[in-house]
Amino acid sequence: MKTNSIRRFIDKIKPNFTEGGKFAWLQSTFEAFETFAFTPNRVTKNGCHVRDAIDLKRAMIMVVIALVPAMLFGMWNIGYQHYISSPDIVNCQLSIINCFWFGFLRMLPMLAVSYIVGLSIEFTFAQIRHHEVNEGFLVTGFIIPMIVPVTTPLWQLALAVAFAVIIGKEVFGGTGMNFLNPALVARTFLFFAYPTRMSGDNVWIAADLWGTDAITGATPLGELAAGIRPTASALDMFIGTIPGSTCETSVIAIALGATLLLVTGIASWRIMLSVILGGGLMGLLFNAISANEYMQVPFYYHYLMGGFAFGAVFMATDPVTAAQTNIGKWIYGFLIGAFAVMLRVINPAYPEGMMLAILLMNCFAPLIDHCVIARNIRMRQKRTLVTSKASAK
Amino acid sequence: MSNFKKLVIEPLRKTNPVTVLVLGICSCLAVTAQLKPALVMGASVTVVTALSNFIISLLRKGIPSRIRIIVQLVVVAALVILIDQFLKAFAYDVSKQLSVYVGLIITNCIIMGRLEAFALSHGPWESFLDGLGNGLGYSLILVVVAFFRELLGSGTLLGYQVIPQSFYEAGYMNNGLMILPPMALIIVGVIIWIQRTRHPEMQENQN
Repeated sequence: MKTNSIRRFIDKIKPNFTEGGKFAWLQSTFEAFETFAFTPNRVTKNGCHVRDAIDLKRAMIMVVIALVPAMLFGMWNIGYQHYISSPDIVNCQLSIINCFWFGFLRMLPMLAVSYIVGLSIEFTFAQIRHHEVNEGFLVTGFIIPMIVPVTTPLWQLALAVAFAVIIGKEVFGGTGMNFLNPALVARTFLFFAYPTRMSGDNVWIAADLWGTDAITGATPLGELAAGIRPTASALDMFIGTIPGSTCETSVIAIALGATLLLVTGIASWRIMLSVILGGGLMGLLFNAISANEYMQVPFYYHYLMGGFAFGAVFMATDPVTAAQTNIGKWIYGFLIGAFAVMLRVINPAYPEGMMLAILLMNCFAPLIDHCVIARNIRMRQKRTLVTSKASAK
Repeated sequence: MSNFKKLVIEPLRKTNPVTVLVLGICSCLAVTAQLKPALVMGASVTVVTALSNFIISLLRKGIPSRIRIIVQLVVVAALVILIDQFLKAFAYDVSKQLSVYVGLIITNCIIMGRLEAFALSHGPWESFLDGLGNGLGYSLILVVVAFFRELLGSGTLLGYQVIPQSFYEAGYMNNGLMILPPMALIIVGVIIWIQRTRHPEMQENQN
């Protein structure tokens, strides 16, 4: 019965927001909330249309659900890293609840800032342009706090979100028109604008509950960039109990999300598989050269370190910025994996190669698609030419 | 007066060489990390466009059309070398900071563009005003971009600390991205965006 009362309430206030009503200028905002609660009941009037139960809103919510395991693990890991590094460690503090609660309190303000800043910009633009409010930011706003260090100051996060939404998305016309992944634009902005807060050994472990101070602790990527073998074992990196960006350390949690995305068919398996192939082959190539410590690291370490897994599952597969053709997806994914590993190994100044590799290939995705389509057209033209000649004989 | 207004004021706004014609972008990236070099660069380009427009306009009836580009280059190069020597003599620091970019004024598209499009078909006085206007239009954008880049990137203006120390103690940090050249492009893009939103008649037809 509860849903009915919500429906009734929405129907009651609806006339105020339609053409001529008191709040007609807020129509986009109203519509956003209405379609958030209920599937739209509008029907198409002419022609034949294929309708699918999975619209943009449902697809986006599915991605958010897939992100939840990584988010929960990340919260626990923030607390865990804090308590094992604190000088005044008491054993009883290491309980799961304690760790999780600490991380939860750290993540909550970041999530709040990300959503408040991003959504208010998104709503403002939709209102000015008389568009419907798009759902794209639901996922972007969820991802941004997951891929930054836990000690990122909130004002920097707010600035990065604003930059990503305005310059990464709205200038091109909003969700679906952007050619770069907005969450990665936010991270790249932070990385180049405030490098001391985004890399190095002093940003990954929170020193206390509220401040931005950090306890020294290197990530495996940071250690390798400095020329030392990672102290964490492969198993630790696989489970995710290592310092790193808030929610991208655990390969298991990410794999859970990946399974959901693949089963529901929302993310492309071609892209995920080809990213893994590309990264693996490039890793093997470096193993063969093995000129320094970084090149000698076993190739599968690259899957476990840094944002490789997270990027492959949640960012390379972003349907807006990825290649659209099937062959294009293979090329696009393969090059992301290869470039990510290459950037990490060849240029330790940029420890996180995955971010830059995905953005680079985002730029090339339309070109890849163009070439694939042009080749397809040429092949078909040749085929019809051959058959028409054969029939002429 | 109306002639003066049309030739000098219009390039500051509706026919701005940077934001409307999108010329001279390269030097806009290179010299705008700080305000001072941007001011000097703007002034140098203004002098060169105005004088070269004036000289070429005087010569325009005697220049054979087939070799006009060479003649234009000779005039522009001579003026640029004069400017370069002048800066070295009187503003050595800035001259070092600008390094090759003073010499590269020769290749600034705005100068050749105005010579070809305006000076070859107008009288000397008009050409002088046109060069002055376009140089000022270029300088205006340069100064705006440099203002934001220096303020947000280094916390200074013309080398003086503007953002108080207490801000830094409270956790404020300079934005390193502002120092990098891509940010100049993004700021120019934002200026174009604002300009076109305020003057919808400047937008191309969307077909």
